[in-house]
Amino acid sequence: MAEAVMRVWRGDAGGGAFREYRVPLDEGMVVLDVIHRIQAAQAPDLAVRWNCKAGKCGSCSAEVNGRPRLMCMTRMNLFPEGEPITVAPMKAFPLVRDLVTDVSFNYEVAGRIPAFRPKPPQPDGTYRMMQEDIDRVQEFHKCIECFLCQDVCHVIRDHEENKPRFAGPRFFVRIAALEMHPLDTHSRTELLRARAGLGFCNITKCCTEVCPEHIKITDNAIIPLKERVVDAHYDPVLWVVRKLSRK
Amino acid sequence: MNHETHEFDVIVIGAGGAGLRAAIEASAQGARTALICKSLLGKAHTVMAEGGIAAALGNVYPEDNWEVHFRDTMRGGKMLNNWRMAQLHAQEAPARVLELEAWGALFDRTKDGRILQRDFGGHRYARLAHVGDRTGLEMIRTLQQHAVHKGMDVFMECTIVRLLKDGDRIAGAFGYWRESGRFVVFRAKAVVLATGGIGKAYKITSNSWEYTGDGHALAYWAGADLIDMEFVQFHPTGMVWPPSVRGILVTEGVRGDGGVLKNALGERFMFKYVPEFFRAETAETEEEADRWYTDKKNARRTPDLLPRDEVARAINAEVKAGRGSPHGGVFLDIASRRDAEYIQRRLPSMYHQFKELADVDITKEPMEVGPTCHYMMGGVRVDADSAAATVPGLFAAGEVAAGLHGANRLGGNSLSDLLVFGRRAGLYAAQYAEGLAVMPTIDAGQVEALARECLEPFERAGQENPYAVHQDLQECMQGLVGIIRTEGELEKALEEIAGLGERARRVRVEGNRQYNPGWHLALDLRSLLTVSEAITRAALERRESRGAQTRDDYPKMDPQLGKVNMVIREARGEMAVAREPLPEMPRELRAILEGDK
Repeated sequence: MAEAVMRVWRGDAGGGAFREYRVPLDEGMVVLDVIHRIQAAQAPDLAVRWNCKAGKCGSCSAEVNGRPRLMCMTRMNLFPEGEPITVAPMKAFPLVRDLVTDVSFNYEVAGRIPAFRPKPPQPDGTYRMMQEDIDRVQEFHKCIECFLCQDVCHVIRDHEENKPRFAGPRFFVRIAALEMHPLDTHSRTELLRARAGLGFCNITKCCTEVCPEHIKITDNAIIPLKERVVDAHYDPVLWVVRKLSRK
Repeated sequence: MNHETHEFDVIVIGAGGAGLRAAIEASAQGARTALICKSLLGKAHTVMAEGGIAAALGNVYPEDNWEVHFRDTMRGGKMLNNWRMAQLHAQEAPARVLELEAWGALFDRTKDGRILQRDFGGHRYARLAHVGDRTGLEMIRTLQQHAVHKGMDVFMECTIVRLLKDGDRIAGAFGYWRESGRFVVFRAKAVVLATGGIGKAYKITSNSWEYTGDGHALAYWAGADLIDMEFVQFHPTGMVWPPSVRGILVTEGVRGDGGVLKNALGERFMFKYVPEFFRAETAETEEEADRWYTDKKNARRTPDLLPRDEVARAINAEVKAGRGSPHGGVFLDIASRRDAEYIQRRLPSMYHQFKELADVDITKEPMEVGPTCHYMMGGVRVDADSAAATVPGLFAAGEVAAGLHGANRLGGNSLSDLLVFGRRAGLYAAQYAEGLAVMPTIDAGQVEALARECLEPFERAGQENPYAVHQDLQECMQGLVGIIRTEGELEKALEEIAGLGERARRVRVEGNRQYNPGWHLALDLRSLLTVSEAITRAALERRESRGAQTRDDYPKMDPQLGKVNMVIREARGEMAVAREPLPEMPRELRAILEGDK
């Protein structure tokens, strides 16, 4: 039977190191299966966050051979047989233990985004929306909040000091979903410009590359938002028209 | 020892659809509300729901209404459902779906811009509001984003291990932070259980790690009644290959959108498995079945969309008869029946899931599928209107509560259940809390004893590995208390569960209390063992085959047993099973069920 050589980060905020584990492999296994095997037989206290093991909850984010990935959707046969595979926690967030990081930053940002505020419904109490008008927003709603895009984004990955003034790709997607929602009446362009730090993004598309849901974060969310900010901020006529027509 | 202590009017345990909806409602009523969950917010099992939310909106078929939905639900549950819950559910589901839309959810649309509805097993009309095949994600994210602006306190990665009582009534809960391992005490007037199911008691399951039956066990240990514990739903279509993905769900939406089941001979075998109970409403020929997708008036439903218990049994029988697929399942074929563009648009995550995990392109080849443990019909016995359990101050909603689905749940009725009864649980818990003048008192001695008990696995001389005990329990439940059951095997399971209980008491964990999964599992094992015993005892007592319970030694439905629930409660330190009559259905509702015979 084939065997994998895994180098898994073990440690906490105080320090740690990669430790090597040898694990027997079965057909079709993903990285998370291998981590579970290590837990069951070699390191019962190996800390890892996971839930669904089906690519739907976005809990098992880690850096496998340096690339941000969902462990449950990363097949072992992706890697050359016999070569060691490193598994490390996401770098952009403070380490709790082993592969688990403190992602509370993301929940704080989420709480600061003004909520959805719909226009009134039709007289019959329901809403009418055409499918073609919601296709783009449905793409944004596919986000499983794995925070891999946050992890890879160099604005916060390498600059902890930017976190208070940069929402990150996940939340640009969230804001875009609200801004482009056919029923929403808020405007969040000022938030984007002033407090969410949209200007920090220099569209390197790293976020789009790691998104397991294949959301075109840069092209479909960030760039249109940048255009809105520019229009709203530098074109007062358009800004007034937008305001009056509720976009 | 001084533990971190918080005080609330209402605490909600579990933050899936039911817990979020309950917390939103309790908070809206003015109750000081806490939402406590084992995982991060937004990761609960609801996120995995695929097919849709059943609600008789009548957007696709104007003929649909709550009475038809009520009838379908009762028949799907083999009439063992709590009629009042089935009625409230069918009546209130449409309003809950529209409310979700007003909170920002974006369902797929009809051509005239209303909420599109899809076909699903056991539903007479296309009834499921959906977003492709990721409806649960849309629902949980909408509720989560709505909730965070409502001023409740959220405690993430916090596990509750015991409910606390003051005399007969609820006084709060005791738990630990997963991250630090430190203990935490919640003082509360009311507790809403919304902890989901028990799937991790089984080896092949579509459920996430959280599904360890915590709420079922917490309620039982607090003296509440459980009912219908024998009814564990095996979803007919889970992935079977490769081994590491075995059990992952394949949505019923594949069949709702035109996919059919075939055996190794290429036969659409479901036509051979139409039970008498559903014969009058099921297509007899492939031609009629195919016509039904577009003509509900003149054609009857395809047997591929019989309720899940029927389809799971049929697949099981085909595999046993040697007509299975290479890896021990059957084929689910949509590739030969719908074009690639349609499949990718309607079933994007199924496409993705098979492509990435199994190297199968579902637009070109059939999937291999087989039954997987999916849903617990049984759970906390509740009052239909208020979701109140039999212990004052305790409420339950969603999968952890029982009654709505009877002996078998229809697909799509779970997400609607979460919304309808989540809201009701939150509402009535807040009202109960408001009516309680004084905060109940917590027994400090009991808290200290619980803390010591939780730490025992670090200090024991025993050598049992928690992962090994869990694996053996899963083997036991899968092999002996699975889809097909017999008295002999159930008796054997009880013995094994007792033995595993002994081993669980000798479990030793390594490391410290900081984010230690081995320790967390050691504590979860207690709930798993309690619910496993309850399932097995109830299954032994129900000497008939009905819905999800198939007894090889009692293959028929017994009309007398169709009038009772099996009730599990603690009596003198032992788990006891009692038969108690179902609530009597009023005449006007009986007429709905009899009207179309």
